[in-house]
Amino acid sequence: MYCLLGVVMLIRGFTDAIMMRVQQAVAVNAPGFLPPEHYDQIFSAHGAIMIFFGAMPLVIGLMNFVLPLQLGVRDVAFPTFNSVGFWLTAAGALLINVSLVVGEFARTGWLPYAPLSETTYSPGVGVDYYLWSIQISGIGTLISGINLTTTILKMRAPGMGYMRMPMFAWTALGANLLIVAAFPVLTATLAMLTLDRYLDFHFFTNDAGGNMMLFMDLIWIWGHPEVYILILPAFGIFSEVIATFSGKPLFGYRSMVAATMFITLVAFMVWLHHFFTMGAGPAVNAFFGISTSIIAVGTGVKMYNWLFTMYGGRIRFATPMLWSLGFMVTWIIGGMTGVLLAVPPADFVLHNSLFLVAHFHNTIVPGTVFAVFAGITFWFPKAFGFTLDERWGKIAFWLSITGFMVVFVPMYILGFEGMTRRLQHVNIPEWRPNLLVMAGGVGIMILGVVAQVTQLVVSIRNRKALQDMTGDPWDGRSLEWSTSSPPPVFNFAVLPDVHGEEAYWGIKQRAIEAQQLPEQPDYQPIEMPLNSSTGFFAAFFSFFTGFALVWHIWWLVILTLAGAYALFVIFAWRQHDEYEISANEVARLDQRRREARQAWLDRREQAA
Amino acid sequence: MTTLSQPLPSDHSANASRKDPYALGHHGRSKYGRSEATGHGEGGPASKRIIVAYGFWIFLLSDIIMFSAFFAAYAVLGGNNAGGPSGANLFDQRRVAIETVVLLLSSYTAGIASIAASRANMIRTQAWMLVTGVLGVVFLVLEVQEFAELVAEGAGPHRSAFLSAFFALVGCHGLHVACGVLWLGTMMAQFAAHGFKANVMRRFNCFNLFWHALDIVWVGVFTIVYLMGAG
Repeated sequence: MYCLLGVVMLIRGFTDAIMMRVQQAVAVNAPGFLPPEHYDQIFSAHGAIMIFFGAMPLVIGLMNFVLPLQLGVRDVAFPTFNSVGFWLTAAGALLINVSLVVGEFARTGWLPYAPLSETTYSPGVGVDYYLWSIQISGIGTLISGINLTTTILKMRAPGMGYMRMPMFAWTALGANLLIVAAFPVLTATLAMLTLDRYLDFHFFTNDAGGNMMLFMDLIWIWGHPEVYILILPAFGIFSEVIATFSGKPLFGYRSMVAATMFITLVAFMVWLHHFFTMGAGPAVNAFFGISTSIIAVGTGVKMYNWLFTMYGGRIRFATPMLWSLGFMVTWIIGGMTGVLLAVPPADFVLHNSLFLVAHFHNTIVPGTVFAVFAGITFWFPKAFGFTLDERWGKIAFWLSITGFMVVFVPMYILGFEGMTRRLQHVNIPEWRPNLLVMAGGVGIMILGVVAQVTQLVVSIRNRKALQDMTGDPWDGRSLEWSTSSPPPVFNFAVLPDVHGEEAYWGIKQRAIEAQQLPEQPDYQPIEMPLNSSTGFFAAFFSFFTGFALVWHIWWLVILTLAGAYALFVIFAWRQHDEYEISANEVARLDQRRREARQAWLDRREQAA
Repeated sequence: MTTLSQPLPSDHSANASRKDPYALGHHGRSKYGRSEATGHGEGGPASKRIIVAYGFWIFLLSDIIMFSAFFAAYAVLGGNNAGGPSGANLFDQRRVAIETVVLLLSSYTAGIASIAASRANMIRTQAWMLVTGVLGVVFLVLEVQEFAELVAEGAGPHRSAFLSAFFALVGCHGLHVACGVLWLGTMMAQFAAHGFKANVMRRFNCFNLFWHALDIVWVGVFTIVYLMGAG
């Protein structure tokens, strides 16, 4: 569900990007086809949608699906709560898209900097749409962060100590801790701006003692950890993919864990690098410049670990592995330019230029988007029982990465030539060639998106041929590959017993050595949570609350809030929230899995 | 036989001593499957009671981080009177003292209610919860009174950045107390309808945590806003 929403929103955000690139390509000494107001709305929406409703749902969706399987448990800690979190995010996404049709969207950039976002300068409903949609989805994200943190820390298969968790679980833990620690700040900051706009408060106004730098600090205290929330799970995905397709355990597991936790911590100490030029003074700038550069140590450790994981391994160049390798090559550039920007004097020159824009796309696109594609192709068979078409996957990869480089390398050059970001039209003809190349690059990326869609369609058509019989299509190493694809509702018939790292690899090698599966376990009935529509209704009420607040329809606000409370009571009154799956049924389902496994073992034996 | 370089545990049976390459995360325990697993190390997933309380703790921590943002805003804007009144001119120490006593007392009564509930004593549980709720309402009435007086004096939130930060911080706490009172009422109804069932008790635990956390936040508000602001 999360992933679906993420993909749809990714396309919406990409459409905005196409419009921007085309606009700049045709608007050299000309007005272009987008008027300034519209153009401003588009770049604001592009940023907000890509981060909040594209990248976040995809990353959270993958964590949601993979974590219980990797940890060897039956479900996340709070299933109903989890669905509330998802539906709230969806409600936020709906609200932001309603702004396309009813009214307008913010023209303030993806973070509504005060005082521009105050009513004095932005009297329309655009900023209000931004505030309420982000607020609603932010609560959804917080819920999901609480849920997943609890899941990782309190629900793991017997024997799985912290140092036996798969790398993805570690990076997800880092990301979710960041969510829990950073999103409340976003909630508070947006609440303050809301009070300014709705009730005439003076947090960030020019007059009456307000302080707009407070907004900068608060929003980036959330904003910087946010980029690590996006990138940490990506690191986890790459770790899993690279280890699996190199046929080796992850090199330097412990240093990887340390680097992850280091990044989690230092993520909170760098926020001021987003506004070096705002006059904090040399001492403060130096501190944040150094802390920003130091983060590169943690990521450097990871880079080398991946390289050493591949060293001496038998690498299979499947699509997920290609995305990972593509990430390693392109992301290095983003990382290097990041260290460059971390030097305050250099930042004074490059601040708000296209160099910066190229830098952060160069980190977020390989770091999050490529990771999500790698993760989706990697875990797709686990979720749906058949693998994705490799040929179209590879075509999509090569088109995307080529298009990506063609867009962003010229962007760095334009940044050095002094082009600033968010220009609705340009009047320097020398920039034109590069702008045209970038528009061409977007064209290649469009083909990449088409290839992705084709891949999905082709794979669904050929699903019989691509079916994953054993549940372990990639010769995997962690527990999710030990159950069938798609997994039964209870994930594992019997909770696996974990001995050592790479739990499933151990189980598999033992089975291969002994030429038989482990003994048939003693099946017990399993209690599973019932599905609940609470999440959907929570989203329903919060969407209308948000909409009513944007348009100041106070009676509807009261009505929907009362509805939300009623929902809370009804949910609390529910007495039967679990159902039981009998031991026989569990045994029957697990028998099928064991037969497939046995067949695989026999085939392997014959081949050897 | 295989080309794989993964070191395998030397013995595959569950009870034999095995070597963990990193020897971490064990704390010397070797048996697992205990009934009261805490969820870390080898015990397997924790019990529902622990999971629910743990998740709620994490929520509370995040809630306190949200308050810390409001505290930070107050610390930055607290001196920006814009020529308007300052805390020393406005705050009525006597009322704030009563508010504090009322709220801290309500935390105490909530504690007694939880003891009564763990002894499955319905009448006492309901009675102490009622006392807690009444104290909460008294607190809210006093706070609303204060706000109304300030606004009537022309010292509303739009007067200065200091007052904006003040109303937002104290009001946010008040909003939490109001939600708490609503939750308390729902809890009382649940006890009446379902008795001391495990799921109701888990929620009641969470409610208690919430109520006490609001107290801790209030101690911060009382100290930083009212005591330091009065000087």
